[in-house]
Amino acid sequence: MMQVPRTMSLQHMLTSPNSVIFRMMRSLVLVEHKNERVEPVTRNTIKAAQILGYEITALIVGDRVEKVAKEVAETLAVSKVLVAKHSFLCHQLSEQVAQLLKSIVKRDSYSHVWAPGSTYGKNILPRAAASLNVQPVSDVVQVVDKDTFVRPIYAGNALATVQYISQEGPRVLTVRPSAFPVSESGPCSSKADILYVQDELLSELAESSTRFEGETVSKSGRPELGSAKIVVCGGRALKSAKNFQMLDSLADVLGGAVGASRAAVDAGFVPNNLQVGQTGKVVAPDLYIGVGISGAIQHLAGMKDSKTIVAINTDPEAPIFQVADYGLVQDLFTAIPAFEEEIKKLQRA
Amino acid sequence: MKILVAVKRVIDYAVPVRVKADKSGVEALLPKMSMNPFCEIALEEAVRLKEKKFVSEILAITLGPAGVQDVLRHALGLGADRALHVVSEQELQPLAVARLLAAVAKRESVGLALLGKQAIDDDSNQTGQMLAALLDWPQATFASKVEIDTSVPSKMRAVVTREVDGGLQTLSMELPAVITADLRLNTPRFVSLPNAIKAKKRQIEQLSPDSLGVEIVPQLRTVEVNAPPLRNAGTRVSNVAELVERLHNEARVL
Repeated sequence: MMQVPRTMSLQHMLTSPNSVIFRMMRSLVLVEHKNERVEPVTRNTIKAAQILGYEITALIVGDRVEKVAKEVAETLAVSKVLVAKHSFLCHQLSEQVAQLLKSIVKRDSYSHVWAPGSTYGKNILPRAAASLNVQPVSDVVQVVDKDTFVRPIYAGNALATVQYISQEGPRVLTVRPSAFPVSESGPCSSKADILYVQDELLSELAESSTRFEGETVSKSGRPELGSAKIVVCGGRALKSAKNFQMLDSLADVLGGAVGASRAAVDAGFVPNNLQVGQTGKVVAPDLYIGVGISGAIQHLAGMKDSKTIVAINTDPEAPIFQVADYGLVQDLFTAIPAFEEEIKKLQRA
Repeated sequence: MKILVAVKRVIDYAVPVRVKADKSGVEALLPKMSMNPFCEIALEEAVRLKEKKFVSEILAITLGPAGVQDVLRHALGLGADRALHVVSEQELQPLAVARLLAAVAKRESVGLALLGKQAIDDDSNQTGQMLAALLDWPQATFASKVEIDTSVPSKMRAVVTREVDGGLQTLSMELPAVITADLRLNTPRFVSLPNAIKAKKRQIEQLSPDSLGVEIVPQLRTVEVNAPPLRNAGTRVSNVAELVERLHNEARVL
């Protein structure tokens, strides 16, 4: 229920341009995209925004954005696509994207602003929120009503229901992608209009001192960790980067992605963008297979919403067995090759 | 250059928590509080920058009621030069924390603010980004490597490698800036006993939101806190063949 301070008259609520009652209810979703493709987490974010039933505008910021705009307009359930195209937006640096987001939200008075709870969304959205004087909500896992949202705290050991009590300003939200699963998308029934942000707003953008120096992209050819249906995760017990190839091979047979615990990342077995957990990626696949992972709370925070959890560990007391649907107490070096063989047998049958 | 490091006192990362019966919040099963691990990494980085002579003074700051001061003692023991405590009995949400930090950063004319990327209690991952916005400074979040470029002495730059989904990204930006630390930025040192004893005697400067001219109006109310849904008890399988059979026929995921 909305709580209206006693000092605020009905007159004021109806006439104040920032009042929630006066303001049109509509959502703006910041589209995450890379290499001229929409990132899957954008779809989860739109799924979450749809729950409120308001009109949704997708905002695309960048340099080469025509293909992305077309993809969004044709395949996502949005009523409008807003494109901010400028050569100096090519790396989507937080300073400029946040400033642009603020200007657009102010100009068009959106009631809700959404972004994926990825490193992209988490980098930009709080910055835009602060300049709008709004306290954002991170990692929304449930949308209760237009002011009320559920989010995990303490590494997912508790779920907090939080409600905006201030009347002013938009609700600024990042969405935990795994909490809003989407089915494979086909073309939409109707195409959304594509509008380009005019030069005034773009020329207002302050030149940032920030320079993009470069990036290292880890390529694997496997499904993306955050959206894979099957995830095979390895821990310290793998003992070396070379032994991780066993998991790569198993993941390839299963058509799944490979993830890791923090211990495996810190030991240098795999790059850190494969880390699953409180401070890494949060996954919720149909099947999670934890290999040589003890199950520290920080790791469990990243996988315990998986549909089926399998744990393979030599230690029968390992905490991961408390959340596993199927636990196998066996040495991984014998279990994994055997597992792969059994699956191949099944696939041949 | 002065550097501001914000540190938060949280339930120790290794202590299990449970939701309180009245759903008002969580409680720790053991009474152990510590500095948020990401804050410790931020502070360690500040100390290393000072050891490399880029930094003249490290200001450690925390916010909250009287009881939070022990993290400042810890910060002094680890190498902070000054400890500042913004005393507030009110609940401080990240926007309020960012406002208070911005006021202190301006007052002290700091050249760099280092924070952890998130606190392990509220898991918000917002304060650094909000601080950068309020100060209109550039930001580098999720840092795993920080270098200072002094090739133009009047315009020092930070060169920061960030951990992003899909890999690593390197940005460089003019100081002052806000940097938030990821896990792999460094491994924090331990406090030596002599340093811990010295830190006990050091003075902690007290500030208040009023003295900083910051009004705190929470925008969010926590309606309730619930335990996450429990998973059904699982079963142990005796061998790989049984595991695959069950995943195929029972769970139907293969």
